[in-house]
Amino acid sequence: MPKNKEVKKVIFNSEKEMPLAPMSIGNMLHNKTGAWRNIKPVIELSKCIKCGICWKFCPDASIDIIDDWPAINYDYCKGCGICAEECPEKCIEMVEEER
Amino acid sequence: MTKEKKMVITIPREELMSPGHLACQGCGASLAMRLALKALGQKTAVCIPACCWAVIDGPFPYSSLDIPIYHCAFETAASSASGVKAGLEMVGETETTVLAWAGDGGTFDIGIQALSAAAERNEDIIYACYDNEAYMNTGIQRSSATPLGAWTTTTPVKHYKKERKKDIIGIMAAHEIPYIATASVAYPEDLVRKFKKAREIKGTRFIHIYAPCPVGWKSQPEDSIKLAKLAVQTGYFPLFEIEDGENWTLNFKVKERKPISEYLKLQGRFRHLKEEEIAIIQKEVDTKWEKTLKKCGL
Ligand SMILES: Cc1ncc(C[n+]2csc(CCOP(=O)(O)OP(=O)(O)O)c2C)c(N)n1
Ligand code: SF4
Ligand code: SF4
Ligand SMILES: [Mg+2]
Repeated sequence: MPKNKEVKKVIFNSEKEMPLAPMSIGNMLHNKTGAWRNIKPVIELSKCIKCGICWKFCPDASIDIIDDWPAINYDYCKGCGICAEECPEKCIEMVEEER
Repeated sequence: MTKEKKMVITIPREELMSPGHLACQGCGASLAMRLALKALGQKTAVCIPACCWAVIDGPFPYSSLDIPIYHCAFETAASSASGVKAGLEMVGETETTVLAWAGDGGTFDIGIQALSAAAERNEDIIYACYDNEAYMNTGIQRSSATPLGAWTTTTPVKHYKKERKKDIIGIMAAHEIPYIATASVAYPEDLVRKFKKAREIKGTRFIHIYAPCPVGWKSQPEDSIKLAKLAVQTGYFPLFEIEDGENWTLNFKVKERKPISEYLKLQGRFRHLKEEEIAIIQKEVDTKWEKTLKKCGL
C-alpha cells in the first residue's frame, strides 16, 4: 500500500502551525470492512489479460495493482461483486466466504 | 500467463480515497468520489452537506479522504464552498480547487437557492452532484431527482412517483456558467477527463454524476456499473458537456438506443410498473433524448 495511506501522527511545534479548524488525524484503514463480506472474489490470474477494469471500477479501492497484476485486498473488499461482473474475461469468481 | 503485457491503466493511479469507508456494497457514490479525486488531485478541499457522503467518509477524527473536508449544513454546499474559496483567497492560497459535493436532495431540492446564488455570482468552485435519485441517507425518500415511475418510501407502490425528474441541467445552463457536464461512474475515463477539464476553468462549474445506489434502487450491488452503462445506452442519462451555457457537445453518441425496459427491469424500485407505464417512460426518454440531440446540433 502507498505510504500516504498509513495513519499520520500529527505533531505541532507551535500554535502557529495548528490549523484553525479541527482536522482528521487519520484515515479509515482501521475499519476492516472485509468483515462485511459473504462472498469473495477470487481472480484466476492465468486467464487475466491485465485490462485494469476490475481495479478501475472498485468502489472500495480494494483492488491493488501489485507487480503489475490485480490483487484483491481482502481486508477491505466488501464483496459487492462488481469486479466479477465487469471482468471481460470472466476470470473473477465470487465464492462463498468461509469463516 | 501474459507476463510481459503491462497492466492497462487509463486513469490516474493515485488514490485519495482510502478503503475502510462506510458506503454500502456496490455504492456508486463512493466510486464517483474515488474517480473525481483521481482527477482533481491532492490540492482540493471539499464541502460535503448532509447526505450519504457525510457518513461514508467516516466519523471524526477519522476520514477516508486524504484531503480537507468541511461538513456543512444540508442546504449550504454551494455557499459553504464559496466561503471556503473566499477564505483561501484571502490568505493568498489560489491553487486549491474547492469542490462542493452534494447528493441530489442537497442539489435539486433544498440546496438549489444556494447553488443558484453561487452560480449567479459565478463563484470559483466546482459543484458536483452525485445523483442517486432519492434521499438515501435518511431512508429512500423521494426527491425532485427521483424519476417518473419509481418507488420510494414516500412514493409507495400504489402511489409511485407520477412527476418527472427535475431538469437540473436546464436550470444550470440558464445560469450561463462556464462549464456544465454530465458524467457516469460507468465511464471513468470520461468522468476523469471532465473533472480535469473543470479544474482548469475559472468560475462555477457544475458536474452531474449518475451514481447507482443498490440499497435505494433495490438492485444487486454487482449490477451498479451495468445499470450506469444501461442508463447511457438507453439514452436515459446522456453524457454531454455545455460550455458557456450554450455550446453543447454529446460525448457518447449512442447509435442504437436500448429499450428502457432493460434498464428498469434490473431495479426493484420499478418492479410494479406495467407495460403501459413502461411505454410512457420510454416516450419520455425518447423526447428528452431528441431534445438533447438537438441542443448538441445533431
Ligand atoms: C435542514 C435539514 N433537513 C433535513 C436533514 C435530514 N437529512 C440529512 S441527509 C438527507 C437526505 C440527503 O439526500 P441526498 O442529498 O439525495 O443525498 P443521499 O443521502 O441520497 O446521498 C436529509 C433529508 C438535514 N440534515 N438538514
Ligand atoms: S478485469 Fe479481469 S482480465 Fe481485467 S485485469 Fe481484472 S481480473 Fe484481469
Ligand atoms: S445508501 Fe446508496 S448512496 Fe448511500 S452509501 Fe448506501 S449504496 Fe451508497
Ligand atoms: Mg440522493
